[in-house]
Amino acid sequence: MNENIIISLKDIVVDFDGQKVLDGLSLDIHDKEFVTFLGPSGCGKTTTLRVIAGFITPKSGNVFFDGKDIADLPPYKRPVNTVFQKYALFPHLNVFENVAFGLRLKKTPENEIRPKVLEMLEIVGLKGFERRSIHQLSGGQQQRVAIARSLVNQPRVLLLDEPLGALDLKLRKEMQLELKRLQREMNITFVYVTHDQEEALTMSDTVVVMSGGNIQQIGSPQDIYNEPRNAFVARFIGDSNIVDGVMIKDFLVNFGGHDFTCVDRGFKPNEPVQVVIRPEDVQIVPPSVGMLTGLVREVIFKGVHFEMHVDVEGYEWLIHSTQASQPGELIGMNIGPDEIHIMARTEV
Amino acid sequence: MHKSKASRWLAGPYLLWMAAFIVVPLFIVIWYAMTNADGRFTLENLTQIGRYSSVFARSLILAAVSTVVCLVLAFPVGYFLSRLRANKQHIMLMLVMLPMWMNFLLRTYAWMTLLEKNGLINKFLGLFGLGPFQMINTSGAVVLGMVYNYLPFMILPIYTAMTKIDDSIIEAAQDLGCNVWQILWRVLVPLSGPGIATGITQVFVPSVSTFIISRMLGGGSNLLIGDLIELQFLGNSYNLNLGSAMSLVLMVIVLLCMSFTSSFDESEMEGVV
Repeated sequence: MNENIIISLKDIVVDFDGQKVLDGLSLDIHDKEFVTFLGPSGCGKTTTLRVIAGFITPKSGNVFFDGKDIADLPPYKRPVNTVFQKYALFPHLNVFENVAFGLRLKKTPENEIRPKVLEMLEIVGLKGFERRSIHQLSGGQQQRVAIARSLVNQPRVLLLDEPLGALDLKLRKEMQLELKRLQREMNITFVYVTHDQEEALTMSDTVVVMSGGNIQQIGSPQDIYNEPRNAFVARFIGDSNIVDGVMIKDFLVNFGGHDFTCVDRGFKPNEPVQVVIRPEDVQIVPPSVGMLTGLVREVIFKGVHFEMHVDVEGYEWLIHSTQASQPGELIGMNIGPDEIHIMARTEV
Repeated sequence: MHKSKASRWLAGPYLLWMAAFIVVPLFIVIWYAMTNADGRFTLENLTQIGRYSSVFARSLILAAVSTVVCLVLAFPVGYFLSRLRANKQHIMLMLVMLPMWMNFLLRTYAWMTLLEKNGLINKFLGLFGLGPFQMINTSGAVVLGMVYNYLPFMILPIYTAMTKIDDSIIEAAQDLGCNVWQILWRVLVPLSGPGIATGITQVFVPSVSTFIISRMLGGGSNLLIGDLIELQFLGNSYNLNLGSAMSLVLMVIVLLCMSFTSSFDESEMEGVV
C-alpha cells in the first residue's frame, strides 16, 4: 500500500435540513489506490464523494488535499474530476467536444487537444467514435465517454458516483474489470461509490463500509469479508449467519449448544460474543457425526449452489452447498476453526 | 410514411378554415398591394413605402430593444424557475402568467395613468421634490409597454428549455473547470437555445407589428408600422392599396425574422432532442 495520503477528511459534519448526513466522518485516502465507499442508500457515501468534489460544503470539518485544506476551494479549482451516475454528458456537443471540454477550459493549445482526446478515446475503447452525437451511443458507451472526459484532464483523483448503476449485469461486470485496468494504467487514485458489495470486493484495494453517516470498517476486500468488525458489516457484505455465543476461553467458543475451537483470542473468559459464519463455510455431514444438527426448512436452487434455510435450536441458518438436501431432512453441520469469526456483541 | 386515409380527413375542417380565412385574404392583400384605386396593376404602392422608411426603422429598433430587454430579464428568471421544486415551479409560473389573464387594453391603460404628467409616479416623486418627468409619449414608454406585455412569452419557452437541463450537467461543467460565466456561455445558453429562439420570435413579432402600445404610450411622435397600416385602413389617410403594400412588407420582415430564429433553433436542437 502506498503510504502517501492524498486526501484526508477530518471530522466532516454535513446536515440537510437539520438531519445529520455525515456525523464527524474522518478518513485518509492513500495515493494511487482504488478506494470504494460501500453502504446502503442514505449512508452518506455519495455525500462524502460530493464533499471531496466540492459540491457540498460541510457544516464543519476539514478536507485536506496533499496536506492543504481545500474546504473553501470551489469545484472548478479542485484537482479532482467526477464521473456522474447519470453520465451528465453535454447533449449539445459531440463525443470529441465532450472529451475536449476540460482541455479547452484550460486553454490547452489546439494542436495538443486533438491527440490527447483521441488517445483517451482509444484507451476507453471508443476509437472512431469522436464525431458521433452522444445520442447515438448506448448507455455503456456514454459512460465510457464520461470516464474519458474526466481522465483526459489528468486529475490526481477520479471520483466515481455509482457509474455502473444504470447498466445491465453483464456490461457492469465488463466495466468493473475495465475500470480496474484503467486505474492501474493511469496510476491515479480512484474513489468509487457503490451499494453493490460484489462490485466493491471485485475492484477495490480498500473498501470503506459506511452506515448512518459513519464509517463502520475500513480494510482490504478480504479483511472486510473475512473479519467483519460488527454485525452490520457482516450482514452487508455477503450473506452470513450471526449467532449469539459465549467465549469460554481463548480459542474456544460455545454456540448452538456445542464447544468449537476457533482462532480468536483476547476476550474475557465467558464473555458473550457474536459468531459470524459464512453460509459456504458450513459443511453438511450425516447427523450422527455433526457438531450441530439442524432441520432443513427450505431449499432454493441458485445456479452455482443450493441455498438452504436450516433451523438450529431456534436460529435460522443459511447454508450454501452444491449438494441439495430435502426439506424436512435432519442434517449434521461441521464448521472448521478458521471459518469461525468472533465479534464483540453489539446492538445492531 | 404510412398514414391511414381516415386520419387524413381529420385535418379537413382546419384546411377549409385556413383556405377561407387565411389563404384567400392573403391573396386579396397581395391583389390590393399590386393595384391602384382603379384596379390597374402597379408597383407604385410598394415603391412609395420608401417614404416611410423612418417609421419602419423605428419599429424594428424598438422591437429589437424590447426583445433584448425581455431576453436579459427572462433568462435569469427562467433559470431560477427551472431550479425550484416542482410544486413551487407551478405557483411561480402562475404568477408569471397572471398579468396575461387581464385584458391587454386594460393593462396598457393602466400604464398610461401611471406614466402621465400628473400620473401616480410623478405624484409620488413630487412628494420628494422630484420631477415631474416626461415619461409618457416617449419611445421609452413604448419599449416599457412592449416588455411589460410580452415578457411572459420570453420567460415560458426559456424556462421550458431549462427544465430539461439536469443539475448534474451543470455540476459536470463546474467539475471540468467552468466558473460561473463559463457555465453560462458554454452550457446554459447553448442548451436553452431553442427556448431563446422561440422567445425571440414570440416577443419580436408582436412588438414589431403592434399599434395599440405605441398609440397609447407613444403619443403621435412614435408612429410604428402598425399605426401606419391602421391609418390607411381606418384613419384619415384612407388608402387600402398602400395599406396592403405595407402589410405585405411587414409580413416579409416577420417571415425573415422567423426563418432566422428557426434556423438557429434547428442547429441547436440537434443535440437537445
